Amino acid sequence: MMKSIIKQALRKAHSEGRCAFIPFLTGGFPDEATCGDILFALADSGADVIEVGLPFSDPMADGPTIQYSSCKALENGTTPESVFRIMEKAKAKTSCPFVIMTYYNPVFRMGLEEFAKRARDSGADGVIVPDLPPEEADEWLDAAHRAGLDTIFLVAPTTPSERMAWIASLSKGFLYYVSMIGVTGAAFNLSDELVTGIAAAKSLSKTPVAVGFGISKPAEAHALGQVADGVIVGSAFIREIQSQTSPSAQAHAAAALAQSFRAALGRSNSSEVRK
Amino acid sequence: MQKSNTLSAPQRPWHGVPDERGRFGNFGGRFVSETLMPALLELTAAFEEVQRDPTFHNELEELLRHYVGRETPLYEARRLSEKLGGPRIFLKREDLAHTGAHKINNTLGQGLLAKRMGKRRIIAETGAGQHGVASATVAALLGMECVVYMGALDIERQALNVARMKFLGARVEPVDSGSCSLKDAVNEAIRAWVTHVKDTHYILGSVVGPHPYPMMVREFQSIIGRETRRQIIEREGRLPDALVACVGAGSNAIGFFHPFLDDPVELIGVEAAGDGLETGRHAATLSAGTIGVLHGARSYLLHDEHGQILEAHSIAAGLDYPGVGPEHGYLRDVGRVRYETATDEDALGAFQTLAKTEGILPALESAHALAHLTKLAPRMKKDAVVIVCLSGRGDKDVAQLSARMERRP
Repeated sequence: MMKSIIKQALRKAHSEGRCAFIPFLTGGFPDEATCGDILFALADSGADVIEVGLPFSDPMADGPTIQYSSCKALENGTTPESVFRIMEKAKAKTSCPFVIMTYYNPVFRMGLEEFAKRARDSGADGVIVPDLPPEEADEWLDAAHRAGLDTIFLVAPTTPSERMAWIASLSKGFLYYVSMIGVTGAAFNLSDELVTGIAAAKSLSKTPVAVGFGISKPAEAHALGQVADGVIVGSAFIREIQSQTSPSAQAHAAAALAQSFRAALGRSNSSEVRK
Repeated sequence: MQKSNTLSAPQRPWHGVPDERGRFGNFGGRFVSETLMPALLELTAAFEEVQRDPTFHNELEELLRHYVGRETPLYEARRLSEKLGGPRIFLKREDLAHTGAHKINNTLGQGLLAKRMGKRRIIAETGAGQHGVASATVAALLGMECVVYMGALDIERQALNVARMKFLGARVEPVDSGSCSLKDAVNEAIRAWVTHVKDTHYILGSVVGPHPYPMMVREFQSIIGRETRRQIIEREGRLPDALVACVGAGSNAIGFFHPFLDDPVELIGVEAAGDGLETGRHAATLSAGTIGVLHGARSYLLHDEHGQILEAHSIAAGLDYPGVGPEHGYLRDVGRVRYETATDEDALGAFQTLAKTEGILPALESAHALAHLTKLAPRMKKDAVVIVCLSGRGDKDVAQLSARMERRP
């Protein structure tokens, strides 16, 4: 059995007494060159794993912020090709594991084998496809396995426990726990229900459990860090980048936000967590 | 034309589809976020349960009869036949159903199902507004809250239906992402369903989307074909030679064709060729698309070489969709249904011809099916019988058409 680099990265954070920090950025946003700089800045600011979005015209699981960044990236001419190129360049400068997040149609259109091979060659360690539930994933899992890519599956608060155990057994790298019933970027609330849900997922899963959707503030990440193995932050970075105009300011702003998330997720029993 | 009266089982690949995973051969399935999977499994189970429940069928039949006004007439359009110099032409008058189109057959079925499932709220997407109106109508009838997602462009070109939905008590949510039309309204409705999945039922308006929708919508719409089959046999003592229906996402066509699949009847679906297939500005998914995955199912799509969905183009808002029902993809590939196209101009011509020969204003969507008669008629015998599904009435298109006529030289 091949060792998962992604899982190792989460385990390493755990061994250092922290919750892993997993930022997301839409590939090709705000443009190809700046995107590459920001990915490097995120890695340099302490990201444990980075998710790179391969934009799709009809992102059904995403809220307005990531819809905007996907649309912008596509308008700039972003293709699977250019996302692979951005990753390859960033990968040359960092050892941080990369995960591609996309929808099934771009993967299907390129061909499963071809997509898996190209993703791996460009430095990706895993893939997340939110509209590909395990029931539909057999062919993809074969292709991903042959290429040596982890496939990370999602579970939601609506997932019954028997199903959750099944999905957890298939997920490689980590299990993605969707924090809420909704789309990305909506308001986050660390309810008792969520805490119970994450604990249940962790008890059913042999791989680490990372939580995403709607986490926009370091304080929220800090609270989540007490229960989850990893925290995924996406829309907050897009908004931060949007608020700046020059490429260097965008990279700086993203790095600063990453550092504050990383600090908030630091040693969970520390009372000196920076805000 | 095929004339063999019986087909052996291996020659009937349309039997037994979809399978329990919602697959029609390689088409269909459930490509959705995990948040929706439990809801789809629950919906599948609930639908299967009511399928076996006679009280559900009785309730639905009562409403279809006394509320919708079924059965809808099968009318012989003699002056149209004469004008085309062709076969005998019959129109299945879905335009005479309550709310003006076939869409009510499905919304009533799904509305009753939602009620049984304890949902208090329904959401729907709409293109031409017919499905939105039919959903708003059923919500009013059943005392449920209703939100309809509609592309900003469609809101502009279908102002009448927007007003109808509001009068019926529904909230119309404009969608201004992407092409601002039907595809984007579906995206937004799916997002809204993900967010409110616990108390909300999503009434999808066509034979698209994840399983069980393509199967469920087919079952609710098959009343069109069942009535047609009984009516033509009663009246003429024979089966028709051909059936013609327009295909956007494909609900009226599936409902019309399905009860005839085992019969020696030629089945023809007509897609929107917009400005012409060669211009790239069209909505002819089956004629010019390739296989992909959109809105939860694998089917034919209009998408670029990178898998990005392309905008569809049609004068008929209800056909302006870059995907098509998975069962249509399957029926195309197994060769049971033939898919043809009609351009915007063809449809406009057919609209005017039907208006002036028969005194019926067809919906622009249905006018695409009528337009194909011009090509079909010359090769058919005079005593052949062709039935066209007149899926909706044209009142909703009057403002758009008047503006267009004024612009024409």
